[in-house]
This record gives sequence, structure tokens and C-alpha cells, in this order.
Amino acid sequence: MSSDYPLKRQSEFSWRIDPFGKMRVPGIVYADEQLIEAMDDKVFEQLCNVATLPGIVQAAYAMPDAHWGYGFPIGGVAAFDADEGGVVSAGGVGFDISCGVRALRTGLTVDEIESRKTQLADALYREVPVGVGSTGRIHLNEKGMNAMLLGGARWAVEQGYGDPADLDHIEERGCMRGADPGEISARARKRQQDEMGTLGSGNHYLEVQRVAEIYDSKIATAFGLQENDAVVFIHCGSRGLGHQIGTEFLKYMVLAASSHHLELPDRELACAPINSELGQAYLGAMRAGINCALANRQIITHLTRQVFAEVLPEADLTLLFDVSHNTCKLETHTVEGRKRKLYVHRKGATRAFGPGHPDIPEVLRAVGQPVLIGGSMGTESHILAGSSQGETLSFNSACHGAGRAMSRHQATKLWKGRSVVDELGARGIVIRSPSMRGVAEEAPGAYKDVRAVVDAAQSAGLARKVARVEPLVCIKG
Amino acid sequence: MSPHWEHFSHDADMGVRGIGNSLAQAFEQAALAMTAIIVDPPAVRPAERVPIHCECPDQELLLVDWLNALVYEMACRNMLFSRFQLKIEDDRLTGTALGEPVDRERHRPTVEVKGATYTALRVKQRKDGSWLAQCVVDV
Repeated sequence: MSSDYPLKRQSEFSWRIDPFGKMRVPGIVYADEQLIEAMDDKVFEQLCNVATLPGIVQAAYAMPDAHWGYGFPIGGVAAFDADEGGVVSAGGVGFDISCGVRALRTGLTVDEIESRKTQLADALYREVPVGVGSTGRIHLNEKGMNAMLLGGARWAVEQGYGDPADLDHIEERGCMRGADPGEISARARKRQQDEMGTLGSGNHYLEVQRVAEIYDSKIATAFGLQENDAVVFIHCGSRGLGHQIGTEFLKYMVLAASSHHLELPDRELACAPINSELGQAYLGAMRAGINCALANRQIITHLTRQVFAEVLPEADLTLLFDVSHNTCKLETHTVEGRKRKLYVHRKGATRAFGPGHPDIPEVLRAVGQPVLIGGSMGTESHILAGSSQGETLSFNSACHGAGRAMSRHQATKLWKGRSVVDELGARGIVIRSPSMRGVAEEAPGAYKDVRAVVDAAQSAGLARKVARVEPLVCIKG
Repeated sequence: MSPHWEHFSHDADMGVRGIGNSLAQAFEQAALAMTAIIVDPPAVRPAERVPIHCECPDQELLLVDWLNALVYEMACRNMLFSRFQLKIEDDRLTGTALGEPVDRERHRPTVEVKGATYTALRVKQRKDGSWLAQCVVDV
């Protein structure tokens, strides 16, 4: 454990760094002892830096999958009060705005798809654009782009990509309010015009999975899940548009920091006061980026349904839920007995509203918001539900994935893409990817133990484990 | 000293580092390091020229701007670049990136670069007179 950062154990699964130097609030990390031991010192350094920002409320948090990001740690959560000089940070959201996961039920069991698994993999790989340089079939003109940026998944459904019923199962009901297409530059638009409905690359994927284990049968029933069901996970984000918004606003915020009298402990912690022209411009652009990601995942869902209709016509793909990982959202939270409107940054962290929260779709409200934790090709993914105590612990936030355990460089030294594909194939997992080096970089062993991460999240009280799912088919970017 | 590039480790992303006899050469090498994240640079033919212009108040921000300009051109033109010719005067960078359109069969590109960040950002002249330019890029 770090000697530079005085971590105090608060409980078995929570660690605290009391404010020192310019920190305004403490830093709190949720993890077990092993995860803490393995965590890079950079996480603690970045958490302390986040805690120095103006208007931060309660604490800066790191989830059990936290690792070194830029500005904020990945797995970092922080809330700011606009009326107390709070800031919004482009680094606190990241380049891949609203990168996230959605899970679909297929209405089929594993046995019903097993014989057509390879056919399904080939058809998905053919129909869902994936990898560097891939483009979608949708070309957005200026009017279409603006409508997409304002409408998100709602726009996509109106265009015929999906079912209106899907919208109830997406955060913000598929459409982030407050988006301002006027803040989206010509460059960001150009980067996106042919990228709608594309998965991207890196750790983005589309997986067909099997529900391998149910941990909580009551919630699983409410989620419509049973053991041996086949489900689909789609992990991708706001593509070039989100990346360009991140690029541009990081620079604007760095250049404007001194005029806002912001002392950045680190340039990568670029931010602006929420109540400033730049802060509002960023929020308008970022919300448009969220809509782009929601629309993108909706279009990919449509393509996935088309493939299933061709290969397995008896399938009925219904959306369980869609969660985002990289966002800043205005939410009401009770802090020390008082309700406050706060701008909650989640960078590589998932919103996890507990049972009864009004923003959860009615059909799921009693059991809590689904929290989808993505694995990586050969490793399991998890479905959790938000907890009641999550609000006090982390502004209703949980982890987002396993988090990388080693660099891409190290991974390519240890694995070859072809052998990873063969080894996974021997375990019954069909991989399709345009890049074998990409597969090696994303080898399952390059990630932390996702089960340890979700166990820690549950033990800390952030969310409750519902089901474990394992990959059958993976289309890898 | 011969100019060269290298990668350095970052948990989730990749560090790119360029070393050269001039600031411009270090920037060129850093760009080559970025290309090497995506593809083996010798596999990319320097067939087409794309002009790049950036202006920033300091050399470190200029490096990030330069790499981000390349990310943008790669994304919008669907190209990869393997050779760079740069001139840096004061805060202004004028350059050309040479490359070709992505050929997914031949290049087998690995991963997209989303953007250059301010993480581990450093531009400096070293004691031996050579220049170093580095930062982490988000992939």
C-alpha cells in the first residue's frame, strides 16, 4: 500500500484519506484489501486532486475497479454544487462521453442458440460495423445531426431503429435533456457523420452471453432473467463526436482556468465553474454527446435484432437496461439531511439508483436500477441492482467493469491474438474481430478479476449482485 | 543521436514519446509513436499529403494540439499516417502528414486513438541537446 497517501481503513470495504494540503473533502475508496494493495498510487493522487476542486460536496470517491485515468481516476465519482462555486470537468467525464453498456434479453435459452452460435457470430460481425475505420450505413446531414443530438435514443426509435418500449429502459428515458447542438463544433459533427451505429474499437464489444448464475432470484425475476437464458451485452459510446467534444473542451478549460481563478493541481483536471459560460457550454455539448451514445447503442440494438431475426427468428430481444459510464448529471441527493441539486461526475462509474427512486422505470422501481458490469471477451460480466444505502455511500454510484490490470503493451508481450481466440474457442466462446493484436491487447488476463470487483461493490453496499453472465459470442472492436 | 519513438506504460491507455534533435523532430517521432499504437508504421505508404496547422500558447499544449489534429484527420479522412514534416516557429506549427487511406485487410488496424491528453505531458530539451515530447493518448 502507498506510503505517500495516508489511507485509513474505515470499514472492511472502505478506505479514507483525510483532507490534507488543499483538499476540501476527504477521499474515499471502496475496495477489499487485495484490490487496495493492487491499486496504482496514481488513483490516490488523482482522488486527492479531485478533492481540491471548488464546490465539491461530501467526498471524492473511487470505486473498486478504480485505476489511473487522466484528471479523475477511472472509477472516480465526485459531486459539485453550482451555488457553492462548483465546477464541471471535461476530464471528469472523459473522451468517450456516455460510453456505456446495455443488456438485452433474447427470450431464448442457451440450448436454443448453441447450434447456430457460429452462424450468429458471423452475421453479427457482418452487420454491426466494428473496428478502426468502420462506418455505419447512416449518413447524417446537418438537420439529422441536430435532431440526433437533441433526441438521443428517442430520435433513433423515431427513425425506425427500435421499439418505443425500449425508451423506458434507458437512463433519462433515452433522451438527455439540456443538450445544445449549437455547442457542437463542425469538427465534432464531421467526425460523427458516418459513425452512427458503429461499435468502435478497444474495449468495446457486442457479446451474446449465458446467464450462468443467479445470486438474487427475486430481483432476477423482476429483471426477467433465469439461469441459462441467452442475453446480449453491447458496450460502446459516443464515438468520434464525444471524443472531439472531450478534446476541444479540455483545451478550452485549460486555457480559461486562470480567468476563472481556478488553481488546477494538474492540467488534466481541466474544469470550469458550472455557473460560467464555458461550464454551461460544456454541459450543453456533453449532453448532446450523451444523446449521441444513446442513439448509437439504440441503432446497434436494431442491427442486432435484425441479425437475430435472420438467424434465430424465434428470438424476441427486449431491453433490460442501458447505463452510461462517463457522464456528469444533475441529480438531487440528500446530504446531511438536506436535499441538494448536485452535478455528479461519474468517470468509469455507473449510476446505481436504489429501490423506489423515481428515475427508475416503474416496472423495475421496487428492486432498484440495473447496474451492468461488463467483462472482457473471455471473462464473466455481472448484473447488479442499485442499493438503498448507495446514496449516502457514493451518490448512488457503483463500479463499471473489471478495470485493466496491465498495460496494452504488457498484454501484447504475454499473449498473441490468435492463441487467445483459439483458447477461448476451446471454451466454447466464438470471437470475431478485425484485429488480432487488438484481441491480444484486450486478452481476458489483462483485466482485474471482475468478480473481486463486484464482490467488493456488494460488500461495500454500493449495489447488490443479481446475476453472473458468461460470453458465448464476442464481436470485438 | 538518431531520432526515435517509444511507448510508455499507462494502466488503461498508452504513452507516446518522441525524441529528436529538434523540437519538430521530437513532435514527428511522437506522432509516429501514435501511429504505432494503431498499426505497424512501415505498413503505411506515405502516398497522400495532408496539411496541418496548429497554434498554442506553449510547447506542451502545442504537442497535444498536433496529435489531436492528426487524430481528427485520421478519423475524418479514414487515413493512417507514417511520415511527418514539421516546422515549429514560436507558438505556431505548420506541417504535413503523409499517409494513405485505411486498408482494413492489409493494415489490420488495432485500436482507435480517441484523443491526446495532458497526462504525463512533457516537452523539454534534455542535457545532451536532444528534445523529448510525450503524453498519454486515450485509446
